[in-house]
Amino acid sequence: MSDAAHSLGRAHHFETAEQQYESATLGMWAFIVQEILFFGGLFGAYVVYRNLYIDAFSAASHQLDISLGAFNTGILIGSSLTMALAVRCAQKGEKNTIIGWLVATIILGFGFLGVKYVEYSHKWHDNLVPGSSFVWEKPGYLDVAGGQVKIFFSLYFVMTGMHALHMVIGVGIMLWLIAKIRRNEINEHYFTPIEISGLYWHFVDIVWIFLFPLLYLIGRHT
Amino acid sequence: MSDFPLFPEQASTIAWQVDALYGLLLALTLFFIVLVFGLVIVFSLKYRRKSEDEQPEQIHGSIPLELAWTIIPLFMAIGVFTVGADVFFRIERAPADPLEVYVVGKQWMWKAQHESGKREINTLHVPVGQPVRLTLTSEDVLHDFFIPAFRVKKDVIPGRYTTMWFEASKVGEYHLFCAEYCGTQHSYMVGKVYAMEPGDYHDWLLGGPMASESMEESGARQFAQLGCESCHMDNSSGRGPTLVGIYDQTRKLSTGREVVADIDYIRESILHPRAKIVDGYDAIMPVFDGQINEQSLNQIVAYIKSLSESE
Amino acid sequence: MSAVANAVENGHSNGKTYLNETYGIKSWLFTLDHKRIGILYLITLAAFFAAGGVFASLVRIELATPQGDVFEAETYNKLFTMHGVVMIFFFLIPSIPAVLGNFLLPLQLGARDVAFPKLNLISYYLYTAGGVVALTAIIAGGVDTGWTFYTPYSTTYSNSFVALALIGVFINGFSSILTGVNFIVTIHKMRAPGLTWFRLPLFIWAQYATSLIQVLGTPVIAITILLVVFERLFQIGIFNPTLGGDPVLMQHLFWFYSHPAVYIMILPGFGVISEVIACFSRRRIFGYSFVAFSSLAIAILGFLVWGHHMFVAGQSTYAGMVFSFLTFLVAVPSAIKIFNWAFTLYKGSVLLDSPMLYVLGFIGLFTIGGLTGLFLATLGLDVHMHDTYFVVAHFHYVMVGGMVMAFLAGVHFWWPKMTGKMYSETAARVGVFLIFSGFNLTFLPQFVLGYMGMPRRYHTYPEEWQALNVMSTAGASVLGIGFTLTIIYLLWSAIGGKRAEANPFQAKGLEWENAGSPPIAHNFVDIPIVVEEAYAYGKKHDEAQIESPEPAKEEEVV
Repeated sequence: MSDAAHSLGRAHHFETAEQQYESATLGMWAFIVQEILFFGGLFGAYVVYRNLYIDAFSAASHQLDISLGAFNTGILIGSSLTMALAVRCAQKGEKNTIIGWLVATIILGFGFLGVKYVEYSHKWHDNLVPGSSFVWEKPGYLDVAGGQVKIFFSLYFVMTGMHALHMVIGVGIMLWLIAKIRRNEINEHYFTPIEISGLYWHFVDIVWIFLFPLLYLIGRHT
Repeated sequence: MSDFPLFPEQASTIAWQVDALYGLLLALTLFFIVLVFGLVIVFSLKYRRKSEDEQPEQIHGSIPLELAWTIIPLFMAIGVFTVGADVFFRIERAPADPLEVYVVGKQWMWKAQHESGKREINTLHVPVGQPVRLTLTSEDVLHDFFIPAFRVKKDVIPGRYTTMWFEASKVGEYHLFCAEYCGTQHSYMVGKVYAMEPGDYHDWLLGGPMASESMEESGARQFAQLGCESCHMDNSSGRGPTLVGIYDQTRKLSTGREVVADIDYIRESILHPRAKIVDGYDAIMPVFDGQINEQSLNQIVAYIKSLSESE
Repeated sequence: MSAVANAVENGHSNGKTYLNETYGIKSWLFTLDHKRIGILYLITLAAFFAAGGVFASLVRIELATPQGDVFEAETYNKLFTMHGVVMIFFFLIPSIPAVLGNFLLPLQLGARDVAFPKLNLISYYLYTAGGVVALTAIIAGGVDTGWTFYTPYSTTYSNSFVALALIGVFINGFSSILTGVNFIVTIHKMRAPGLTWFRLPLFIWAQYATSLIQVLGTPVIAITILLVVFERLFQIGIFNPTLGGDPVLMQHLFWFYSHPAVYIMILPGFGVISEVIACFSRRRIFGYSFVAFSSLAIAILGFLVWGHHMFVAGQSTYAGMVFSFLTFLVAVPSAIKIFNWAFTLYKGSVLLDSPMLYVLGFIGLFTIGGLTGLFLATLGLDVHMHDTYFVVAHFHYVMVGGMVMAFLAGVHFWWPKMTGKMYSETAARVGVFLIFSGFNLTFLPQFVLGYMGMPRRYHTYPEEWQALNVMSTAGASVLGIGFTLTIIYLLWSAIGGKRAEANPFQAKGLEWENAGSPPIAHNFVDIPIVVEEAYAYGKKHDEAQIESPEPAKEEEVV
């Protein structure tokens, strides 16, 4: 492969930088489609059970802290903004600014995870984590079956837990990006990894945009 | 030929229809096998390569052929579907006033109780010439009640009821199998179905060690013993809604939703009463989940159903 | 029209191919070369196939007698479960895509590698990691839930290593997903200049449709597995009826993937059939675009029929009708393919060597398998046949008589390309004969057994069914010998067989005409430029008397 115009970062099995860029983007989109189906199964289960056990789901949903959830939504949307700004700066090649925005995204991501930790520990204290310690005795909600409430919380923990796991992975990706920028393996000529990581992060944000109303908001009402 | 049969006895009214479907599909299959095998074998031999650098004519395709072998199979498919769906509809829809038998499957046995109260284990006695409906549930995992000679089966699910019906047409003794893998002794969860002349069936019901009361009587007795009748009275003056005439009627719930009071509803209302509360009543019914076994539940359900039977 | 613009290069100037370009175990285990990855998959897959085959043999040995006298019931249940899990998840699903897809996609597309070579290697290791975890579950004591692991048996009642085995399957699923992503991008973005969509070999079309299913379907089984594992480990209650959960919901989620999964298994097989038939008839595939589109139709329709596994599971009558109707529809594209392949032979120049014999065997056996699927799609019949040996016979006809034969056809056809060696044609023909006859003897009696009422997953059965079961076991022995023989002579040829020519079957296609056998590490010296349609055999286009068997208008497929 004697290609004199071998641009930074172009892998040898691609013929042009454009081919590599398009491939990376299409690959990330295909991966995101798969993720949609992954969460889709959970959304499907939620919709089915909510329909069957409306009262139990409403009672359970009332146990979630709507203000913490809203706060988290704000943080996550903010982190998508900082991520988009990082991508924008990448196009202009301002190394330190890119790192700055990525760090901001990471901080917001940790903020989100911190709030989730607080929420989860509240649930643990209230014996609402499904498992052997689950006990349902909320005054005013005696007319709901504990087993049905447990299903809500099972779905809550699996859905938000999977989401949180994807965020942790996203934070990891960001740290990796920062390392690559500092090693100058990413610059204004080649910043595809930042763009496609941005796609991933926005997707994780969008999943939350669906989770929050489904679990915290509409679940409250019968 | 009877030593090497290709299908079981036809012992129910639906069996010949199912076998006719089988015959139809066999005929279709044979037709296509002959056609496809024929084409392929004839073409591969007739057009066998004669020399190493033989260059055959190139044919891209033929729209008429494509249309033919798309549209004709499509119509055949729709035809077979229709006939199959029709037979299915008949298999699924029980006629009016069947004989009711309640069956409970559990690892690894079948327990059945007839309306008269008579019980049996791993066997099922039925009269010939009368529709029989089985109401099935499981105490533990998924099972399936399969009678090959009748050509019927249905999954048996824990936590809810499924139903199936048949009309035996031939006196005899037939295999009963569990047809949904259910654990270690799945292959041993088998039994026998005895189709009898109606007279013999009635004798059987009355003879042998029998329950002293019919299912409805057992149900009524437990209805009283468990305290149900203190709230569910014959009229609407009780703290709970009356259960007279409610079976298969639409009920309005406190949430505004409407449900049909089928056997699954009755069952749920006993085990998880607060899941669905009838409009105008309070959530005060005690929870019976874990306190009544499946067979007792069946008896209570049978009793409640009887409260809706016209005299 | 002129042939492809560049000359064939049989080996680099230093005579090295991808096989000997670098040496040492590390150069294989850390390779980024799609061809080496394909070979790695082939070896691992063969090992899993052997394991699955051993389980099958033990099952058939037990079933030779009506009593359960060889194994304890629990052991038998573990044997059929592990046969299913290993064969489906660790052999059938990866098989053609992982071996032939990986090896051939870049070559057929005129590319140097797949779009994401590192992801490709990761896919391989996810496959092996998943396999190791599943094997651990097997060695630790096994799983006895059936490969379908229905709840609540799998979550609450089974005493076997359910969670561990499922985690192995879960990990393996990501291998499938990432391969799908890789192939979709490769097909979209890495085609050589001039290689438009309708010039693509049909193997690529088939692989593309397969990858769509892999990407869309596999995540749903992933989440199902996760929920079942959580339920088993933490009793979260989602499928547990005593806690208000719904076991039938689990079946919906399970089959939403597992039905399309069978199309993941068969579609690549269809692709192989097209390639081999074209070469061994020296003809373009009859009705190219119909065959191409039928693959996509199957992929899409395949997502809409999962409820046909649940006709007696307690789903509503109307749902059953919808699913049955759609299932009949999905049969039509497969029929279209069979007829197009048959007519590819018409007035062709047919060579009946072993790859072609496998193809002809496929056409016959897949026709039977597919048609018996229609028996099961017929609602009135399925009530009787569900969960009997009829189903077992049906799916073995399509999976073994179909997919495995297609796989073997492909492995034989591209063997000289992959290894540079040629196997013994005589041994291969013996293999075909043993496999074909052994297979039919094993599974044809099972149709009868099924209609008689013998349920699946039974360890004992009524005595009157012994004759048919003995026939089936006898057939299984012949089949086993056939497979063993095949592995032996293929290995033999790879180690010490005679060198193959560059294009022993005079096949068309970039992998045959522009790359060596075996190819160099970078596939091509120069990327080819494509100017002609796929399978451009025969006389020059403008000189050909293009005709169709009926007096109808000419159909140009370019």
